[in-house]
Amino acid sequence: MLRFILSRLLQAIPVIFIVITATFFLVRAAPGGPFDAEKVVLPEVKRALEAQYRLDLPLHEQYFAYLADLAQGELGPSFKYPGRSVNEILFSGLPVTAELGFYALLIALVIGVTAGVFASLKPNTRQDYIPMSLAMIGICMPSFLLGPLLVLVFGIYLEWLPISGWGAIPGDKILPSITLGAAYAAYVARLSRAGMLEILSQDYIRTARAKGLPEWLVVVKHALRGGLIPVIAFLGPAFAGLLAGSFVVETIFQIPGLGRFYVQAAFNRDYTMILGTTVFLSSLIVLFNLLSDVAAAWLNPRLRSQFSGGSR
Amino acid sequence: MTTLDSTHVTDDLLANAEEGASLWQDAWQRLRKNRMAVAGGIVLVLFMVVALLTPWLAPYAYEAQNLDLGASPPSGDHWLGTDVFGRDVLTQIMYGGRVSLAVGFIATAVALLIGVTWGAIAGYVGGRVDAVMMRMVDILYALPFMIFIVLLMVVFGRNVLLLFLAIGAVEWLTMARIMRSQVQSLRQQEFVEAAISLGLSPAAIIRRHVIPNALGPIIVYTTLTIPSVMLLEAFLSFLGLGIQPPQTSWGLLISYGAETMEEYPWLLIFPGLALTTTLFSLNFLGDGLRDALDVRGSKD
Repeated sequence: MLRFILSRLLQAIPVIFIVITATFFLVRAAPGGPFDAEKVVLPEVKRALEAQYRLDLPLHEQYFAYLADLAQGELGPSFKYPGRSVNEILFSGLPVTAELGFYALLIALVIGVTAGVFASLKPNTRQDYIPMSLAMIGICMPSFLLGPLLVLVFGIYLEWLPISGWGAIPGDKILPSITLGAAYAAYVARLSRAGMLEILSQDYIRTARAKGLPEWLVVVKHALRGGLIPVIAFLGPAFAGLLAGSFVVETIFQIPGLGRFYVQAAFNRDYTMILGTTVFLSSLIVLFNLLSDVAAAWLNPRLRSQFSGGSR
Repeated sequence: MTTLDSTHVTDDLLANAEEGASLWQDAWQRLRKNRMAVAGGIVLVLFMVVALLTPWLAPYAYEAQNLDLGASPPSGDHWLGTDVFGRDVLTQIMYGGRVSLAVGFIATAVALLIGVTWGAIAGYVGGRVDAVMMRMVDILYALPFMIFIVLLMVVFGRNVLLLFLAIGAVEWLTMARIMRSQVQSLRQQEFVEAAISLGLSPAAIIRRHVIPNALGPIIVYTTLTIPSVMLLEAFLSFLGLGIQPPQTSWGLLISYGAETMEEYPWLLIFPGLALTTTLFSLNFLGDGLRDALDVRGSKD
């Protein structure tokens, strides 16, 4: 087990390094300097600014200086908001996005696993078709469509829930969490159904039933552990997807989280902010992939040898 | 030389007639029984025909505005209503569909080309080349691509061509894995050994024997890749990082619709309906094909 974790860790390090390097040079290759849009700047001022952001150094020195900063956890100053560092901006957004992602994941797991297990108990009956059709709708209904529709119905027509903000009015966290979690609930439902169906046909389940165990005990105690391994393995990619989804959801509901900052940085061409956020988010995603792989392997030793690769 | 070639061709034809054709006929029979898949296929063909013929079918010109009319709900003149500039929504959706479908198909084609070539070479050559090539796939797999695409769109401007390439570059990885495992198992087969001993070049063997036999999983995965590509395009366009005006796409129309949905909900609902219907059809068709061709899914 330790060897498995170590080997996955060794794989993660080059990935993070590639991300840092590729992002750095991509951002530097971008057309137009960050100060081009400003009004005419005095040459001395421009030079001082460039020195502050180290743009006067040769490219490779900039790169090594950036790596050295990163090693100390320092992501540099923001181009757009002078006086604020990328670290500050990131850490003001992180708790919000983490909370949003947590609720979304909770919704996805609770609804998804319940629906999937429920469907797997009576395959090809109405108990299977109804939740699975709903899951198909969830997969085909992107968050940028579901969000506005939910706002329209529950926020504007019914006036049950607030339509934007985060933590300001009671209940304003409900719609964003559902919007972000719905598609993942659908995926989790499909995965847990497929996983449970496979496990329920195994010999040891028949043995458990033959022992005279009540059906719910067979399902909860014997089948769930194996049946949910695909769901656990999916959590890593789901985490990456949730982060990307937060771009849209935080934009729709005007939530001051990481995703919204990233999209804004992209629009403003705030290069240090883009660079810092990309490095930060990517490292988080790689870390989560690692955790979900380890968790899946811990539940099923057979997976260890199969899991040579990561997942998105 | 000619005799050798002709015998080979006849052999191939015979093989096709005995095994290949019946396999495909079998799959076709099974697919036809799956009502959702058939419905999905019909809807898709319909949408594609409409997309191809849009310049002739669209009720209004793409740029046509009617500022006096403004936003109006669905009516006899404008079946799906008009937007704030008095532009016909149906026309907008038809032109947007051209772009959305084109992105879906072209980006998937890019992914298909790279993935199949990569996987076929890795699986066929094997050994160290295979190990290196697949390790590269593993590393790329672990990269958070969604964020990278946003980054690419920012860095290189919002260019449609680049959008195709960027999305295609993301989706080829799974294709490469599927192709490689197919090729690896096919390599062991006797008819491939026979082809090798006949002196066929590796490229010819891959083209004539490996690809046709690996076609099932590739078709299924391709059908399921198109909707995820279209979603990605719509996602980027919604954020304003994808298709740019004056061009339009379903994602962009949804994003405009979301801005004014309080007053003019039809501007959100109809483009949304177009996108979800297409995604639905593609997913049902893909699932149906998977069952019909008896492919064990690696997608979920």
